[in-house]
Amino acid sequence: MRLDPRISQTLAKTVLWAFTAITLMILVFIIINIAVKGLPQLTPQFLTQNPEDMGRAGGIFSCIVATVYITVLAIVLASPLGVGTAIYLTEYTLESRITRVIRFGAECLAGVPSIILGLFGFVLFVMKLGFGWSVLSGGLTLAIMVLPTIIRTSEEAIKAVPQEYRQVCLSLGLSQWQTITRIVLPSALPGITTGIMLSVGRSIGETAVLLFTAGAALRTPLSLFDSGRTMAVHFYILAREGLSMPNAYGTAAILVISILLINLTAYTLMQRLMKRYS
Amino acid sequence: MSQGKFIERVLLFLALSAIGCLALITIFIFKEGMPLIWHTGLTDFLFSSHWAPTRGHFGIGAMIISSLLVTLGALVLGVPLGLACAIILAEFSPPRLKTILKPTLELLAGIPSVVYGFLGVIWLVPLIRDHLGGPGLSLLAGAVILGIMILPTVVSISIDALGAVPDLYRDGSMALGATQWQTVRRVVLPAASSGIVTAIILGMGRAVGETMAVIMVAGNALKIPTSILDPVRTLTSNIALELGYASGRHREALFATGIVLFVIIMILNLSATLITRRR
Repeated sequence: MRLDPRISQTLAKTVLWAFTAITLMILVFIIINIAVKGLPQLTPQFLTQNPEDMGRAGGIFSCIVATVYITVLAIVLASPLGVGTAIYLTEYTLESRITRVIRFGAECLAGVPSIILGLFGFVLFVMKLGFGWSVLSGGLTLAIMVLPTIIRTSEEAIKAVPQEYRQVCLSLGLSQWQTITRIVLPSALPGITTGIMLSVGRSIGETAVLLFTAGAALRTPLSLFDSGRTMAVHFYILAREGLSMPNAYGTAAILVISILLINLTAYTLMQRLMKRYS
Repeated sequence: MSQGKFIERVLLFLALSAIGCLALITIFIFKEGMPLIWHTGLTDFLFSSHWAPTRGHFGIGAMIISSLLVTLGALVLGVPLGLACAIILAEFSPPRLKTILKPTLELLAGIPSVVYGFLGVIWLVPLIRDHLGGPGLSLLAGAVILGIMILPTVVSISIDALGAVPDLYRDGSMALGATQWQTVRRVVLPAASSGIVTAIILGMGRAVGETMAVIMVAGNALKIPTSILDPVRTLTSNIALELGYASGRHREALFATGIVLFVIIMILNLSATLITRRR
């Protein structure tokens, strides 16, 4: 039996809209749940006190410090590598075997699950190089994790800079490197920043990598060789061991709010860049 | 050497970092894990389900099956929902709605997996325990949470695939008197199929590799599940649960588990790349 095309269209649309509504409801539920249960926990004391009694009491100050420390380290390490790769791929080579190999490597690296990166960081940085569970081991491993994101977004940003800009510079007698540093990179900066911010967002939320590279010490990490417990790891431990639901919700709220804000800013920056050059 | 040449060399060196890291990861994971696979024998390691690392039994059969089942479950849930979302946003929704919803969905990809796991424990696990029976921590719970987690990946890549189909195709089909739905089903979806398959494969990769959320909701029991309400331990969970205290052969076995996971993920990524390139 064949349905009338118009009836089958109505049917299909109804089903599709229903599925879309379900998807959106799930996601809205997640945000609202975290906001309602978590926001009331966010007092100034919660943010400025160190955790006490394994996290049952006190705040998350040392975890905030550890998160910032490790994230900054990862970004500082990965940004020059990522942006350098993007410059090489866009400005110095035509499509060739070497660019294909580099792009393919970045793509594969992007797909490596975080638990594998955790294993790798654990065996190389923690054990072989003797850095132990530390900010350094965590930062190095996270840098590898975010490298593909920085490469991809920087490449897109640099490609979006109109070719005329380069031609004018070169015709004025600037060297290629001067053209890149004075004109191309400044024009692509919003896009490059987008990639870096997305990487910050991913670093803040990462758990599996850090559990085995940065450890879970509750002290505030001072040197690069101190172990540090980031907010995401702290949240995981609070939730898994059932230490304190209010503190878990509070930590989750901070995590989700900061990541959403960072991603939102990154997205807005990219939109602005795309609008300017299209 | 001129300055320009020197800079080019330095940049090439930086550009090799990503592939270099990938090579290092591969070398270290294999070097740490292979001795155990030789020792146990590949077939025993892959197909035996007897995992008692302190007594020298290293079989990850049950975990491979669990990983595959959880991933399959995630796809059963995530693909229809995600694809429906993508079709609505790309083809049927007013443009304004699309400009709001697409970024919203992409932002949600940033929610950390521990948060999904936590909400799974708080809401989903009790729901399953009270209404369907079993311990609640289960294959089903893992599949549902992963299904939700792969939504942003599936939606975002599928929307791009649908958006890449030229409007000429739609206009041509509509001009022949087809309804909008017929156009989508017979013309747009087939034209976008390789992109959609890529979306599904990448979603699958995300589900297979996900660790924290699965540990929290799937129950981590060491056996082949006989029902979707049974607790299961995936490859990723096995590594994360035991790495903290493992040593010697036991630690090697966890790296060997990593090798299996790594190979599965690389096969998935390679097929995604090949499909995209063919387009």
